[in-house]
Amino acid sequence: MNVVPGRGSRLLLAILPFLLIALIYVIGSAERRAANPDDKLLPPVAEMVATSKRLAAEPDRRSGDYVLWADTAASLQRLALGLGISATIGLVLGLAIGLLPVAGAGFGTLVAVLSMIPPMAVLPILFIVFGLGELSKVVLIVIGVTPALVRDLSLEVQGMPREQLIKAQTLGGSTWQIAIRLVLPQIMPRLIKCLRLMIGPAFLFLISAEAIASDVGLGYRIFLVRRYLSMDVILPYVAWITLLAYLFDIALVWIGQRAFPWAYDQGAR
Amino acid sequence: MSTLSFRNVWVEYGDQVVLERINLEIASGTFLSIVGPSGAGKSTFLRLILGQEKPTQGAVLLDGKPFPAEPGPDRGIVFQRYSVFPHLTVLGNVLLGYEFAQSPFTARLFGASRRAAIEKSLALIEAVGLGPHRDKYPSALSGGMQQRLAIAQALAKQPQVLLLDEPFGALDPGTRAQMHALIKPLWRDLKMTIVMVTHDIKEAFGLATRLIALDRVRRDPQAPERFGARITYDLDLTRDSAVPVLGFIRAAAQAAQ
Repeated sequence: MNVVPGRGSRLLLAILPFLLIALIYVIGSAERRAANPDDKLLPPVAEMVATSKRLAAEPDRRSGDYVLWADTAASLQRLALGLGISATIGLVLGLAIGLLPVAGAGFGTLVAVLSMIPPMAVLPILFIVFGLGELSKVVLIVIGVTPALVRDLSLEVQGMPREQLIKAQTLGGSTWQIAIRLVLPQIMPRLIKCLRLMIGPAFLFLISAEAIASDVGLGYRIFLVRRYLSMDVILPYVAWITLLAYLFDIALVWIGQRAFPWAYDQGAR
Repeated sequence: MSTLSFRNVWVEYGDQVVLERINLEIASGTFLSIVGPSGAGKSTFLRLILGQEKPTQGAVLLDGKPFPAEPGPDRGIVFQRYSVFPHLTVLGNVLLGYEFAQSPFTARLFGASRRAAIEKSLALIEAVGLGPHRDKYPSALSGGMQQRLAIAQALAKQPQVLLLDEPFGALDPGTRAQMHALIKPLWRDLKMTIVMVTHDIKEAFGLATRLIALDRVRRDPQAPERFGARITYDLDLTRDSAVPVLGFIRAAAQAAQ
């Protein structure tokens, strides 16, 4: 409990489990290949590297696109649109519900009920209403992510000390001024935290929508090659998605620390 | 001028009577301390002046006119905690008052008006002794420094009435003495009315020109919430009056007229 690793050994300890997993995979893959040279389940690393190189660096023979980058760009565009729209709605509604008792009475229960709708259950409705294009995928992410954001941000607003809001009124602030100068900046760090937690669900909704109806995208590719048991494509794609999600997480932390230093170094003297 | 008048004020929450039959005239420029046991309605009293609460009966008047029923810039306040805004620097905290007043839509100032407001803010920050800390966030300030900042913020609006809700209660004795040395000259120079709620009797007598004590005088053991607190002592602490004057009797007589 009191043994704290230093900087170097911390890094080593962080890498160690990854190395272990890689080692187990390599051994397992070699074993299966030894038993059956045509094994598809655990392709060797060299094969995955070759496939990844083909997907990332060579244009597709049929369409002329670089498949990996085309998929990534399409998926990230949907993800960014979905999360961006969710964050905007979340901020506006969360702020209104948390700050204004009238809005809270009007929308609070509605949001609580809406957040209980399983987003995947309304996916067919989205396809019917919005068609099979980009819109339905973005809307699925928005529907899946926004209610949780709204509820969390409105709770954050309600958790602000009452004293601060009264103090701001005695300084002459109107409701609008207090909303944009006090409440909005103070819930921004919370929004960043929420978005970090929401990257996972957002990817879930994105890949589900892409798997069902799409012609480009990371989820589409995985479910396309699943028919041919192409683990040499699926595994690198999964690793790539994981890496992307992890990088977003790090980027959000970095943005939060840069933009809202007051929220991160509590008690720094 | 800013005379505060309480005319036969009662505050009740449902069945529970918090304050009853409060009659009081607070002259302009008074430094009034309010003492009393916990639950005697000291903070309720302060919230009445703040406009955060309305009396159930009676009226609270400023210069003979009723208050608007919400907190406003003519009455500043310093709470025991949470009075400063954690996402703004010391300068930003004080500047905000000017920005609210001069920029109704964006609540931000630019160019010459911003420079003028910064100049005024810096003067206030210097006056409360926070000059070297102007670019720090409140989380990097000690408790005493945060209260100094809260006072500077309130002074930016030049309020007629400054309310202090146990402002120094969370500070250590040394810091508290410094804060006393800060607030008294500010009160004298700016000619404000100050109403301070405190638990510290020594502080109440040391700073104020007038002191009132709130307590429940009537008790019903079967229904303890049936009777509210009244003003039990009203002492004039100015140096030139040798004998404490029971001012509230005078106010009661005026109210009865």
